[in-house]
Amino acid sequence: MEDIGIVSYGGYIPRLRITAKEIASIWGKDGERMSSGLGVYEKSVPSIDQDTATISVEAARAALRRTNINPLDIEAIFIGSESHPYAVKPTGTIVGEAIGATPDLMIADYEFACKAGTAAIQNCVALVKAGYIRYGLAIGADTAQAAPGDALEYTAAAGGAAFIIGKEDVIASINYTYSYATDTPDFWRRAERKYPSHGGRFTGTPAYFKHITSCAKGLLEKAGTKPEDYDYAIFHQPNGKFPKKVAKILGFTSEQIKQGLLVPFIGNTYSGSSLVGLASVLDVAKPGDRIFLVSYGSGAGSDGFDITVTDNIMKLNRENAPSMKEMIDDKEYISYGIYAKYTDLLYWE
Amino acid sequence: MREVAVIGIGITKFGELWDKSFRQLIAEAGSKAIFDAGIEGKDIDALYIGSMSSGRFIGQEHVGALVADAAGFSHLHIPATRIEGACASGGLAVRQGYLSIASGVNDIVVVGGIEKMNDVAGASATETLATAADQEWEAFFGATFPGLYAMIATRHMHDYGTTKEQLAQVAVKNHANGAKNPYAQYKFEVTVEQVMAAVPVAHPLGLLDCSPVSDGAAAIVLCAMDKAKEFTDKPVKIIASGQASDTLPLHGRRDITTLDATVHAAKMAYKQANVTPKDIDVAEVHDCFTIAEICAIEDLGFVEKGKGGKAVEENITTLDGEIPVNTSGGLKAKGHPVGATGVAQIIEIVEQLRGEADKRQVEDARIGLAHNVGGSGATCVIHILEAI
Repeated sequence: MEDIGIVSYGGYIPRLRITAKEIASIWGKDGERMSSGLGVYEKSVPSIDQDTATISVEAARAALRRTNINPLDIEAIFIGSESHPYAVKPTGTIVGEAIGATPDLMIADYEFACKAGTAAIQNCVALVKAGYIRYGLAIGADTAQAAPGDALEYTAAAGGAAFIIGKEDVIASINYTYSYATDTPDFWRRAERKYPSHGGRFTGTPAYFKHITSCAKGLLEKAGTKPEDYDYAIFHQPNGKFPKKVAKILGFTSEQIKQGLLVPFIGNTYSGSSLVGLASVLDVAKPGDRIFLVSYGSGAGSDGFDITVTDNIMKLNRENAPSMKEMIDDKEYISYGIYAKYTDLLYWE
Repeated sequence: MREVAVIGIGITKFGELWDKSFRQLIAEAGSKAIFDAGIEGKDIDALYIGSMSSGRFIGQEHVGALVADAAGFSHLHIPATRIEGACASGGLAVRQGYLSIASGVNDIVVVGGIEKMNDVAGASATETLATAADQEWEAFFGATFPGLYAMIATRHMHDYGTTKEQLAQVAVKNHANGAKNPYAQYKFEVTVEQVMAAVPVAHPLGLLDCSPVSDGAAAIVLCAMDKAKEFTDKPVKIIASGQASDTLPLHGRRDITTLDATVHAAKMAYKQANVTPKDIDVAEVHDCFTIAEICAIEDLGFVEKGKGGKAVEENITTLDGEIPVNTSGGLKAKGHPVGATGVAQIIEIVEQLRGEADKRQVEDARIGLAHNVGGSGATCVIHILEAI
């Protein structure tokens, strides 16, 4: 079997943070109760000049810094996000120009709520496998929106991760991938609406849990594996509770999900959510480690990946870019007022 | 008046039933009841359906005929009527079915109750439930049901020294019972500490003092007593049906800690059945909030006025207590699909009187009572049943 998978990776988390307690104080809620209820203590916030394009560029540059790949050999860029800066005009071209990959390549922006980034990985894998491209760059990034006062405001965060996919010097082989999708309207944002809507408790059992468990079971069957065969497991993390619960349902331990569970400290980075978790696992992974990842996108679907870390990871210059932990620890707290200004809550026409 | 018996019962699981429609739920409950009774469509003289607000919850009114159609009886052209009395809709439907047989008009009727509440968001469900309060005097000023019952609780605490712990014990007991009920929404136990520490909803009521928003349906088959033996060996006789009304808003009441509608409906029912509260072996009462159960056991005469909290504390109402209350888990743990509740209460009593309540069985239960309330107490309907 031809070894196709991740050749390099990079993540990016903006350094601004707002605490759940600060948000709760504005809306007359009990901050500690909100934090423990959601399993999220603080979330990352994009600065006034940061958006999905800049986060994608940062993550892609981090991935490139860890290798000697010539950006011109990247022949596809797919960016998954639900906060592309433009409704019409690609984010991918901005990123392609910024990293020096243009013009001899294919570019497209993806949208499938929080799983568009993993869809980008699957398509890069397919193009490499088909021999159409040498390297593909798959990115999941977001500056997630939440209406003021909505429950989402405590978690909607900014961040992303980029993965160079190829078949040379693969650091993590993608052994199997499996997807599961149905039309399940649990969370959406209509065209020209500023903030998303959601179905409250409907986003749980029939949406997140049904799709992740179905995808995970399908992947385990396809790969012929069991939960205990994996060193790490990563599930989409809209809050701190859901991924822990779904892991338990599927038979994964809290130890397996710990390294990839970043949501308590940065919030839900939407299209970046499971992928920043994967970047965090790759920051510490050793040759032979096996990784199980299942994303979730509302609407709804899940992409699952069975990944094995190869010896090449020791040759990757991981230290050339900051680890996810370093980025999580490098932070600056802001007030709700500054948050409101930076996230465009204070706008007028 | 002719005597009336329950000859069939059917219920769906209560809970967040995302994958079941209104039609599916009522068809499931109805067909179970019909199967249990061993009757056919052509035997049914009339259908009565209790539903509080199908129009606001699923955008569908005219559900009487819809239910007959969903049951596959459209070709039989059975008279089908929807009954509404807020959260007492189910109990009122039972009473209408009962009266139609007692009067001699019908021999066999099917009574259903249903609500599909989770198709709207939580805030919208709260708003819909608030339509059972007085719009002009209560809802427009921001009152919701937790708010109204919180006022009742606060006054009860002030007048009688009832404590938040005693309220919590109602939830603890009902969850313990619900854990034994396969159809309950919440099949788990809770502790007094958990109830006390739950998210505040309207002081002194926390999240675990409140019944949930639920989907579910329940149905029973009623039959003239003289024909009941043709269908079942274990008919359960309805020995009384009482109903009363009161002011719609809370502020119009003589005393907000007493639901006079309960007092009057109970008086009517006890008189008809020729029993006293002491004769009741098992009761299902309308515990939409923990305080509501405390008021109910007082207003039904199980305990003296003001002693409800103490009675709960002394375990008088537990499964093995002097007068077991809400053996099904009550609205609190079994779930509260409003239109279905009154019918589901009858089902629990029938199971108890048939001796089929399994782990929830009250020993030697002969006489049971079901107490269903609409709004903050403007409507109350009570049935007393007896094992034959």
